[in-house]
Amino acid sequence: MTLLVVAEHDNKALKGSTLNAVAAAAAIDGDVHVLVAGRDARPAAEAAAKVKGVAKVLLAEEPAYEHLLAEDLAALVVKLAPNYSHVLAPATTFGKNFAPRVAALLDVAQISDISGVVSPDTFVRPIYAGNALATVQSKDKIKVITVRLTAFPAAEAVGGSAPIETVAAVAGAGLSRFVGAELSKSERPELTAARIIVSGGRGMQSGDNFKLLESLADKLGAAVGASRAAVDAGFVPNDYQVGQTGKIVAPELYIAVGISGAIQHLAGMKDSKVIVAINKDEEAPIFQIADYGIVGDLFKIVPELDAELAKRKTS
Amino acid sequence: MKVLVAVKRVIDFNVKVRVKPDKTGVETANVKMSMNPFDEIGVEEAVRLKEAGVATDIIAVSMGPQACQETIRTALAMGADRGIHVLADAELQPLAVAKLMKAIAEKEQPQLIVLGKQAIDDDSNQTGQMLAALLGWSQGTFASKLKVESGKALVTREIDGGLETVELKLPAVMTTDLRLNEPRYASLPNIMKAKKKPIEQLTPDALKVDVTPRLVTLKVEEPQKRQGGKKVGSVQELVDKLKNEARVI
Repeated sequence: MTLLVVAEHDNKALKGSTLNAVAAAAAIDGDVHVLVAGRDARPAAEAAAKVKGVAKVLLAEEPAYEHLLAEDLAALVVKLAPNYSHVLAPATTFGKNFAPRVAALLDVAQISDISGVVSPDTFVRPIYAGNALATVQSKDKIKVITVRLTAFPAAEAVGGSAPIETVAAVAGAGLSRFVGAELSKSERPELTAARIIVSGGRGMQSGDNFKLLESLADKLGAAVGASRAAVDAGFVPNDYQVGQTGKIVAPELYIAVGISGAIQHLAGMKDSKVIVAINKDEEAPIFQIADYGIVGDLFKIVPELDAELAKRKTS
Repeated sequence: MKVLVAVKRVIDFNVKVRVKPDKTGVETANVKMSMNPFDEIGVEEAVRLKEAGVATDIIAVSMGPQACQETIRTALAMGADRGIHVLADAELQPLAVAKLMKAIAEKEQPQLIVLGKQAIDDDSNQTGQMLAALLGWSQGTFASKLKVESGKALVTREIDGGLETVELKLPAVMTTDLRLNEPRYASLPNIMKAKKKPIEQLTPDALKVDVTPRLVTLKVEEPQKRQGGKKVGSVQELVDKLKNEARVI
């Protein structure tokens, strides 16, 4: 059995999500190959070759692959897929965008967002915002899968030395064109990779007030996240959103500030190891899943917490 | 131009779903059903295209049991012109839905097909991409902005790192994200008018599509419950607990 993981990368380096997808492939068993499609993407391929557990790296270079548009990437993966029992991608906006295209062109089902491997054809996946777990068996010859990052601890980025094989690109269909991107820049860790997350909700009242959380995050080495309500209100950009249809996170510590705890938000963070909730409403559902709750005014509690952490840091 | 909008009937987003004791699925009897929220956003976007003079004809498509006609009526009340209902009582998985949508698209020849990026029941996030692939069309998924001009669609997409804009050749498939728009409530006169709008009924057989499920659900279980609910009285106590009990800071 040989499995293909489609790497998420920015041509220069692998994204951490690729390591989780490699780990899921390893959990299924068999030889793991990684496809790096890109433009001048050899550095990313070299990084993939070092990942522990990778048997071979396929490198396909083509100007059209620079932004990994779904139409072009899917055409390449479909050409390679018959050599594999499984095709895996991270369940990020990258993987979700192209993988169903691959499945449809192969005339197979896609198994979305798997959180467990039962056997090479049977997988566990959350449905209904994680309020139920379905165990599904695929009858198809090739299994196309997207992987829930938080369910598979990342494969080690070093320790391997896989050969890199160049594969031919597939001519672009010219169906779509990359126009531009506005990527959030931050010195803080990425949400899906952070050990600690400080998240704000509607209770923050304004985007300006998120400065309180940023200060706290900087003392903890944390990322800053948000609930849908805070994003919809325009307090913070969309890439902050944690939840059923945003980012799924499972850090060591998740501090929910001014978040009431709608099931759609809980779906994105309830697998965190420790949850802290700060909310003025004692009845807020977030408290039911929080390990430590504080009832009170966040505008008083957050600065207090900030000061307490600063005090202990210096002492 | 003609626009197709897919609308799925799902358990309402406010309902706390319960797993059936026999582990075959979740309880749907006597549970409030609604249009998938992402599909509402899709209908709204289509209606706005029509109001802007870009779309001429909006067709709302739903698939599943007879009750899906209620979901189509909701779309008609929001401003869609007519409906198509594919009657199917058995389970329809995303690949089957994409194939049925393709058959309808070949009949109706729309320039744009709008779907929600994901349905909040099975959380698959597949159908739009599959449909685009089967038709050989371009796709703009997770859209937060759409501009249609001179045979092209400019779609701004919500991606993990921020926003990305792509230009799509029409015809194209677009899937909606939350920030695309805020769907309107249907007014009473429009709800009355919607009752007179036509809904065509089709079947998978008539569309010559094999809808046999490819994935077999072996069981559905409840996830482990978190033991939460503890409260602390002060910030000092919280920091102590995080340091010495949970050991996470």
